Amino acid sequence: MASEPKVDLNLKTWDEVKTTTCYMCACRCGIKVYLKDGTVKYIEGNRDHPVNKGVLCGKGSAGIMQHYSPARLTKPLLRVGPRGSGEFREIEWEEALRTATTWLSQVRSTDPKKLALFTGRDQSQALTGWWASQFGTPNFAAHGGFCSVNMAAAGLYTFGGSFWEFGEPDWDRTKYFLLFGVAEDHASNPIKTGLGKLKKNGAKIVSINPVKSGYSAIADEWVGIRPGTDGLFVGALVHQLLKAGKIDLDYLARYTNAGHLVARDPGAADDGLIARDRYGKILVLDAKSKKPVTVDKADQVALHGEVKLPGKTKRIGVPSFQFVAERYLSDEYSAEKAAVHCGIEASTIERIAGELAHAAFEQAFELDIAWTDTHGHKHDKMTGRPVSMHAMRGISAHSNGFHTCRSIHILQILLGTIDVPGGFLYKPPFPKAAPPGLKPAGKIGEVNPLKPLPGAPLGFVAGPEDLLVNEDGSPRRIDKAYSWDAPIAAHGLMHTVITNAANKDPYGIDVLFMYMANMGWNSSMNTTGIMEHLTKIDEETGDYVIPKFIYSDAYYSETVAYADLILPDTTYLERWDCISMLDRPISEPHGPADSIRRPVVEPDRDVRPFQTVMLDLGARLGLPGMVREDMTPKYPGGYADYIVNHERGPGIGPLAGFRGADGTKQGTGEVNPNQLDDYIKNGCFWKYDLPEHMRYYRMANRDYLEWAQGFGFNPNANQIMFNLYSETMQKFRQAARGHGDFVPPQVHRRRVESFFDPVPMWYAPFEEAMTDAREFPMHAITQRPMAMYHSWGSQNAWLRQILGRNWLYMERGRAKKLGMKDGDWVHVTSHHGRIKVQLKLMNGVNPDTVWTWNAIGKRSGAWNLDKNAPEAKKGFLLNHIISDLLPARGDGYRYSNSDPVTGQAAWFDLRVRVEKADGAEMSEPQFEVTKRPPGLFKAAMKIGSRALRGTRS
Amino acid sequence: MHPAYSVILFTTASGAGYGLLALLGLTGASHGSASDFWFGAVSMLVALGLITAGLLSSTFHLGHPERAWRAFSQWRSSWLSREGVLAVATYVPACLFGLLWVLPGSNETLLAVLGIITAILAMVTVICTAMIYASLATIRAWRHWLVVPVYVIFSIATGAVLLFALASVFGRSGIPALGVITIVALVLAGIAKLVYWIGIDNMKPIYTMGDATGLGGDVRQWELPHTSENYIQSEMGFRVARKHARKLRMIVGACLLAALVLVWAAFGFEGDAAPVFAVLAVLLVSVAAVVERWLFFAQARHVVSLFYGEQSV
Amino acid sequence: MTTLPDTTKPGQKKLGLVIDLDTCVGCQACAVSCKEWNTQGYSAPLTDLEPYGPDPAGAWLNRIHGYETGEGDNARGLHFPRSCLHCETPACVTVCPTGASYKREEDGIVLVNPDTCIGCKLCSWACPYGAREYDQDDGVMKKCTLCVDRIYNENLEPEDRQPACVRACPTGARHFGDLGDENSDVSKLVKARGGFDLLPQMDYKPVNKYLPPRPRRDTAGGVKSTPLETVGKGDGSLAERVFSWIDEVLS
Repeated sequence: MASEPKVDLNLKTWDEVKTTTCYMCACRCGIKVYLKDGTVKYIEGNRDHPVNKGVLCGKGSAGIMQHYSPARLTKPLLRVGPRGSGEFREIEWEEALRTATTWLSQVRSTDPKKLALFTGRDQSQALTGWWASQFGTPNFAAHGGFCSVNMAAAGLYTFGGSFWEFGEPDWDRTKYFLLFGVAEDHASNPIKTGLGKLKKNGAKIVSINPVKSGYSAIADEWVGIRPGTDGLFVGALVHQLLKAGKIDLDYLARYTNAGHLVARDPGAADDGLIARDRYGKILVLDAKSKKPVTVDKADQVALHGEVKLPGKTKRIGVPSFQFVAERYLSDEYSAEKAAVHCGIEASTIERIAGELAHAAFEQAFELDIAWTDTHGHKHDKMTGRPVSMHAMRGISAHSNGFHTCRSIHILQILLGTIDVPGGFLYKPPFPKAAPPGLKPAGKIGEVNPLKPLPGAPLGFVAGPEDLLVNEDGSPRRIDKAYSWDAPIAAHGLMHTVITNAANKDPYGIDVLFMYMANMGWNSSMNTTGIMEHLTKIDEETGDYVIPKFIYSDAYYSETVAYADLILPDTTYLERWDCISMLDRPISEPHGPADSIRRPVVEPDRDVRPFQTVMLDLGARLGLPGMVREDMTPKYPGGYADYIVNHERGPGIGPLAGFRGADGTKQGTGEVNPNQLDDYIKNGCFWKYDLPEHMRYYRMANRDYLEWAQGFGFNPNANQIMFNLYSETMQKFRQAARGHGDFVPPQVHRRRVESFFDPVPMWYAPFEEAMTDAREFPMHAITQRPMAMYHSWGSQNAWLRQILGRNWLYMERGRAKKLGMKDGDWVHVTSHHGRIKVQLKLMNGVNPDTVWTWNAIGKRSGAWNLDKNAPEAKKGFLLNHIISDLLPARGDGYRYSNSDPVTGQAAWFDLRVRVEKADGAEMSEPQFEVTKRPPGLFKAAMKIGSRALRGTRS
Repeated sequence: MHPAYSVILFTTASGAGYGLLALLGLTGASHGSASDFWFGAVSMLVALGLITAGLLSSTFHLGHPERAWRAFSQWRSSWLSREGVLAVATYVPACLFGLLWVLPGSNETLLAVLGIITAILAMVTVICTAMIYASLATIRAWRHWLVVPVYVIFSIATGAVLLFALASVFGRSGIPALGVITIVALVLAGIAKLVYWIGIDNMKPIYTMGDATGLGGDVRQWELPHTSENYIQSEMGFRVARKHARKLRMIVGACLLAALVLVWAAFGFEGDAAPVFAVLAVLLVSVAAVVERWLFFAQARHVVSLFYGEQSV
Repeated sequence: MTTLPDTTKPGQKKLGLVIDLDTCVGCQACAVSCKEWNTQGYSAPLTDLEPYGPDPAGAWLNRIHGYETGEGDNARGLHFPRSCLHCETPACVTVCPTGASYKREEDGIVLVNPDTCIGCKLCSWACPYGAREYDQDDGVMKKCTLCVDRIYNENLEPEDRQPACVRACPTGARHFGDLGDENSDVSKLVKARGGFDLLPQMDYKPVNKYLPPRPRRDTAGGVKSTPLETVGKGDGSLAERVFSWIDEVLS
């Protein structure tokens, strides 16, 4: 027998390994990039990194193909053909920056709000928000409004934290995990690693999702609920638990406003508001003396009852818990009633409630960790309740999402599972006050030519007085955020900007400036309409209604063709970034963490990092903070310079690690000129480990809260009180009833009064309520393919092989009833439009629901793909049939298709009918093929290790 | 299985060539030197030409034809290697035989020995070719006991029709033994193929998607690994519609039958028409062989298709 | 070379993977990571043809299938990673005419020697698992190498010396080790979880094992459902009864 061939077991195809941070999705894992002569060879997860601890998802591993994608823009472009044509000419950066500066300075010196700066999937909002504020426009937001603001707002207003970046399950100790809706797109690796741990530990995973794909596929129990009824399902669980007394009364009394007295004073201004004494101290009902007293004076706080409040009026005080209990114990939330709407068995609800009770109370445990609460009481143990939950867009993207998410948090709180071992844990800088104290700027008198805003454009309103409305109650922001249309719009409403600007409702704008958001395609509702808006001509001026559109993106996305000036961005491997504590950090439950991205390779084309360009533009415009006194640029070294040297407050900069002149300070400290080197030496991240006694009960953990104050996270060390009952909501409701100085215009009053219920409620999603169930009998939603991040994946040579087109999935039994079979082409019609798509059958989907993968459909010609790419010819978007506006009200007014509280885009409210279609086997609508702009790389005909780099055409 | 034309051409052409070569070898062994130099030379050239063309065509589907020589090394385990070794080995006695056969005055014993060796090696080579397929447990249609016989019979039948035609062209269409062999081979080929088809049509599936995935019971495909087709799907996932296959089978049968009638006719008419009939028979039998071979691949289902949506094989 | 080494001797190393079907969420991390490593490692170039065209086609050594079983509430979705199983008696090796396909004596890894493979594709026909993929541009057969160029690679940190797919897997659904050693972690895992072979009746004796999905629903996690009796006294509304219970508890 011949000997075996020699295999090079010590193959070394690289000469250098550099750490940085991934950007193939929003998860921000640490990566190690293997390089050979400056070419990327291999990317793997960084074992030391707090986010991914070494693992890396499919997107992350495909980063190499994103970096060498032929869709990369290569030079600044100026539009020469009509909008949408894709006809551009290449220009030099100096011309591009001068053009932008001219457009922007005109706006700034006349009416700064006529600049709408919306930055999509931006991970540098601490910079871009600040830039907008220095420019003086309130019209800034990133993509949160069409992503998951319901989730963020409901959490922040209820318990000062939220899912995903603000907290996560105690994966190591949880025994029972409820996962609501599609969650595959965010916290990608941490959730997967967490699920792996749950499986290893033998915990039970319950998935509540109309579709059994992805994470739901491995769940121990799948609850194939009807879309938009989760709030009812959760309410029914609460009903069961309350009814059986399976709630943590001690936890409620200590950490929530359950005992706070609410004034019952129908018709009066303070009806439903929390009762306070004359010093503003909250009153509770003392169970022993039956008297209203301040919290610190109470022996035993009552959770129900009535008491006359002090003062001259006949006001009655009722513990807020009573309202909560009465709501959830009403017949509406009985298992039988809820089951009918949810499309599941009542017994399932009862059993799951019983399992929650079992896990939370029968499987409770104690850790021998002593800690001190904010009242100074010492505890020698920490009680653990091994129940946790997670929810994301599936809950968020409904017009009842805010209330539904509040219900989920109330379920968590009633079980006593927030920030306890085994439960749901905050990630510092959270918890913050519920809601956090930051208010949005842009009120009357705050927007002036050549002046910065007095604060940040985004924040958290605590009542009607914080809204950004004009005297007549009309919106001051282009997206109508913080107006009566969407009062608690904590992330803005990016999805309404183009429509509102085109309709000049509330006003027209001069410059639309966007970054990294594919609004001309999959990031917009009513995509066809948005394209029309972007090309709409103003009859008066003969120019486009949106006269100037500046867009920055690294790739030739569908939106590029609609912009006038393109500022090409770098790939994530060519740039500096900071994942900042001032924005959305990468903290872990056991301690804060932040990180940087750094260039591991040099760009091979004439592109610049967007953030550096923003600082350059800021300097050219002379924006305060971006120029020195002599008007020279303050950060000539670009974004890296800013990351190190910018201070938001004394000692507080974009990065919290390695501060102080010698890099030894953490949290706060003076500028460290070598900070970036210190980060690089540490693997491009920094993390701080909290001592054990500061890891739980942090809403009332004195040592933690004092430390957090010292670290600059919170302005004080006060207890974070959970709002079972939301006084903020009631304030808006009272305003709608005509009380106070800030009342909504008559036309909005009924809506505000109805939906600003201080206790979570459930109502049918708007589209379902406003359309005929016989005409549109089915729900249509999307799920997130785990190997794709929105539209970015389709330009990726590897990822598009995995998912190069999508189908419409339907339950087998339903298809049979409708006479449809696998592979049939069908029309899907909503009240807004019709698309043609191909059908695929499966079992694991709610029979009333059809679904597809999100953002796979592409416009022919975009992303430098072949014009006959399957993404364009067989793939499709549901977006075309999702209206951005709700059907007209009686008076013709159309609200945006959003949650009435937060303005969150209600993507998943869509109702459709499905009918067989004839004709060509091609998806519809099809659009004119977008032209290829000059300078793009020629798409390679083959890729292997020998030919990674493309050539420019 | 994907019916690759290079492989179809290889098996049919070399099959015909080896069939012809074997018959020539036997002819030489039984009748001594070729009665006519040109008949002998042309026949030998046709036989070796077909074999060579077939073997060359088999290298067209190789990723590295220049390395084809390496295929001779693994004869201990690989039928493909054995086939290669024997194919080349056959040239030696075949060429010697051919030389002796066409040249007058050769030693008859030597000729007979060489003729028989050539015939045996030719047939063993065809058997090896068949065994390449018949040895694959992954393709049940190829494990059928008739796969090797069919390869051999088709080799002989196509070789016989060729020899018959060559003989006719050289004015020797009336050899009864040749006629009988040709007709019997054609009949056998038809019957064997028919039995084979009935056999594979009635093959009870023994592997299910549940076996393949180990999940047992009712397993359904939900998502293919990729939306773009991969090598396994294009190579192993080829499907031919039942209706289409039936039509093609009819063509094979009809061609065989027509060839048989033509051979019969040529045999009967010993005149000017005979060579025409005989050549037409060659064309028909070639069509039959190619279509038969195409179906042999196209109708064979690979076990791997269980991973790609096939419920059972 | 295509004759198989004797793998029956005691202490024979059998390196392989154990894949947990109960934990795999189908995220494609293993598949892409495999592609990424191998397109520059032993299996280079692992070509993708017309990667931006209407019909992209590339060679991948690891692919993730999706299956469904059961009906209604019991419908179960499964993600099923599929790659070479490094069989003990692999037909793909014995059919190879050139000896390019071989099973390593040392650890049982089945490899293709890219310098001697003639690209006849017969090995891919012989494999029931679809584990071999042809690199059209390279003209040779490619397959999972169990990252033979990683697992012994002294240029990598010791903890990184494992197949790229295992290294990347976020859920921990993939395990790598010596299945010939019954005391190895992977062998114990197989034993504990009832790991199984694919198509055992074909008798290729796969080394890689799959762990079945665990029984679901009520049995998971030792969680039981506590019976939920209505608390409190009286025949008032549910809320009143609950309030009376609270009074009782708090008094």
